[in-house]
Amino acid sequence: MSLSSRVAGTTQVITVGADRIDAAMAIQFKEDMRAETEGGPERVILDLSAVEFIDSSGLGAIVAAMKQLGGGRRLDLAGLTPVVEKVFRLTRMDTVFTLYPTLDDALSERAE
Amino acid sequence: MPCPSARSDPGRDWTGVERLQDQNRLELCFPATEAAASAAIATLALRLGARGLTEERAADVKIALAEAVNNVVEHAYAGLEPARVRVECRLRPDRLDILIWDTGRPLPGLRVPAGEPASVDRDLQDLPEGGFGWFLIRQLSSAVGYERRKGWNRLSLRFDLGGPRGHNKAPNQPSCRRKGGP
Repeated sequence: MSLSSRVAGTTQVITVGADRIDAAMAIQFKEDMRAETEGGPERVILDLSAVEFIDSSGLGAIVAAMKQLGGGRRLDLAGLTPVVEKVFRLTRMDTVFTLYPTLDDALSERAE
Repeated sequence: MPCPSARSDPGRDWTGVERLQDQNRLELCFPATEAAASAAIATLALRLGARGLTEERAADVKIALAEAVNNVVEHAYAGLEPARVRVECRLRPDRLDILIWDTGRPLPGLRVPAGEPASVDRDLQDLPEGGFGWFLIRQLSSAVGYERRKGWNRLSLRFDLGGPRGHNKAPNQPSCRRKGGP
């Protein structure tokens, strides 16, 4: 799983470098997210703009990644492509996460 | 009907090769592993997209197909020696039929699950990390069928395509009520 991370002020930005988060990589994604976010800033933005496809396993892995952040920290999602956005909307996970059209919007907290 | 070679010899005849019978028929057989399924789903979606499905409908098909194939890999073959999965797509101007065969365990009760969505109206730590597969399949497809015969499972997914592979009608309404939301 290809994740890259940088810290911008009090926010950590994690960019997914893969074109999909599916059953074949869900467990690895969850583990890599745990490693990347351990002891980091309170707010984490997951940049999904390169991810063209997600299935329910990938969705579950993102939920798991938010849970393992622990109390007081939050995981926001940015740059959802149409298919990814659709899976979040159908499962109503769009009501659980704050979604931003782009990473820039997320950094300036302009929610869609 | 299933291809005779695949039906008579599901485990050996097929080695992950793609078979294109004609312009409107697409078959793929692959080992029931997550990695092979991931690649197969991407290949099938690409091929279907190239045959004129609208981007939106192609996305619906890809999501539903992925969930159906993942179910086979994760549940039908759970604890069994993984065999193969065969997917056949038949494309007509007004509909796409996808048939998925495997030799794993039958669906519980020999029925397609109702696909009630897991509730997200709960505390963070209680949020569901799964249980959306059948819900998505039912939401995105126009009809779902299942047959168990001679050790085979056959799941059929139908996708109505409005017009000549153009825009489809709205997806089926969920069987359950959505709380809140549009």
